Order: sequence, then C-alpha cells, then structure tokens
Amino acid sequence: MIGSGRPPSAALAALALCVLWVAQSWGGAAPGVDANGLIQDPALQGRFERITHELRCLVCQNESIADSNAELAGDLRRQVREMLVAGKSDDAIFQFMTDRYGEFVRFSPPLEGKTLLIWGAPFLMLLLGGVIVYRIVRQRSRMPLDDEPAAGTKEPV
Amino acid sequence: MWKFLLPFAAFVALAVLFALGLNPNRDIHALPSPLIGKPAPAFTLGGVLNPEAPVSNSAFKGQVYVVNVWGTWCVACREEQPALLAIAQQNVVPIIGIDWSIDHATKERDKAQQWLQQLGNPYTTVAFDQEGRTVIDLGVTAAPETFLVDRNGRVLYKFAAPLTLDVWQHEFLPRIADARKASS
Repeated sequence: MIGSGRPPSAALAALALCVLWVAQSWGGAAPGVDANGLIQDPALQGRFERITHELRCLVCQNESIADSNAELAGDLRRQVREMLVAGKSDDAIFQFMTDRYGEFVRFSPPLEGKTLLIWGAPFLMLLLGGVIVYRIVRQRSRMPLDDEPAAGTKEPV
Repeated sequence: MWKFLLPFAAFVALAVLFALGLNPNRDIHALPSPLIGKPAPAFTLGGVLNPEAPVSNSAFKGQVYVVNVWGTWCVACREEQPALLAIAQQNVVPIIGIDWSIDHATKERDKAQQWLQQLGNPYTTVAFDQEGRTVIDLGVTAAPETFLVDRNGRVLYKFAAPLTLDVWQHEFLPRIADARKASS
C-alpha cells in the first residue's frame, strides 16, 4: 500500500545502523589507555590495564579508573603507573588504594569474613531455589493424575 | 502454620530492608573513611599565599586541628565559604586549608589567592596541592571534605559535604571537646 511507511528493508537498514553506531560508541569509550601513553614494558602495561579496570573511580562510582575521564581517576592512574614502574606488586597497589579509599574502591572485594555473604549469596540463592523446586516437584509427583484430560477430548492449548 | 508464617517473615524482612535502603536521610554516595582512627597522613606543601613558605601539618602536632580540602573550581566550596568564615571567627581550632589543583596547573594558586582576597580567608594556613597527592593520601573523592585530627595526629572524623554551622555545632564541636578532655 502506498503511504504505509518505508519498505521493511529500509527500516532494517536503519536499525542496523543504529546498532552499529551504539556498538561503536561503546567500543570507543573504553580505550583503557592512559593519556600518558603506554608503559614501555608490555607486561607492566598488561598489569596496568588489569589493575585500573579493577579499581573503582570514586567520582563516578560505576566506572573503573581505566574508563573514567574524571581528574581524580587520572591521578589514580598516575599513581598505579608510578607504583608499577617502581616495581611494586599488584597487592601493594591494591593495599595502597584500600588504605585510602576503603574496600569500596575494588570492584571485586577479597574473599574474607565480612564479604563472605556477597560471594556466597548466589550459591545460597541457587540452593534455596533448588530446595523449593525439589519440594514442588515431589509434591506434584504425589498428586493423583485426575487432572489429565480424558482421551478423546480436545483441550485448547 | 509455616505456610503463613514464612511469607509473613519474608515480608517483614523485605520491609525492613527497604526501610533502611530507601531512608531519605541516607546518602548512598557516603563512604566510610578507612582513615578514621588512623594517623593523618603527613604533608608538606607549598603555601597558597606564599609559595616559598612550606605548609606542613606536623607544625600542628599536639593540637586538635581541622583540615579542609577545597578548590576554586568547586561550586560546593563557594557555598561552604560563609560557614567556614563564621567557624574561623569562633577561633576554636586551627583550620588548615588544602587547595586542590585538579588539572595540576599553577593557575589554581592564583585563583585561590584571588578567592581568599575577595571572599575572605578562614584558614590558619593554606597549602597548595598541585599534584593532588596529598588529596589521594587523605582519600578525598570530591571537594569539599573536612577532617578533624586529634592531638596525637589521629583522624577523628571526616565530613564529605559543604560544612554548615549546624554540622559544625553537632558533629565537630562535641568531638573537639571530647578530644581535648581525652588527651589533656
């Protein structure tokens, strides 16, 4: 029909463009490379990437300091870089950060007493769900089969 | 019995959780500072008013003092300024200012000098943190932040928002009085 809108292929193409555009802008937003350039030693650069992605930017709390443009994130990247070049271990760097900003600065907190619940919660939920499903299934398997349609009658699906 | 009790218990648990989580007085961005009860990081920086004269918190050892981190780029700091001036006028404790240069430029120092001239200077002494390193040592996430340090150099309290006279009266003054009693 004339006037019923664009042919579907054009709409699909527009949609694909949108998806591509979004994907590209997301990809472009996470370079993970500091304004100061790469560290010469690729092994150090690798650790730099890993550590900065693991540390939370305290200004924009759901971004890592690797992704954030905040000035403080830049200063914290500088700190990580300097400590790496000075030969500090990953643990020493994380310790430096948690000493100042608390456990919250790490995206994955270490497994210890007070974080046990965070780490254990998914398994606890799985267990709870399993128990519930088990009980329901057992209960139903004990029920008489009188709700089955008699042969020949047609049930709407 | 369980059939009714269990959902009810679940409801009560959820209600308590939501009441705590949705409390409008709770600031979800407020973080507990790991610095509380620990020695305040030592710093020696150039001054804002006189770059040649170093400002160090070791000079205040043996006193209860306040450290206020601010910057001329910080809108909330401008909002805080009148309260700080009034607090300084009470002359209860020394107030060390730390001017935070977020872009590491020295221009911030010039702006800070202007700021203090125009708006008034509440600080006993003002340090210039050009590199932002002292700010990291203090675990500052956003200006303004205000720390209370006791006579032994331990951090007693941190307030991470613009200071008001109300906060000063209810959060700072009692702690200052206690700190003086405790270590005298």
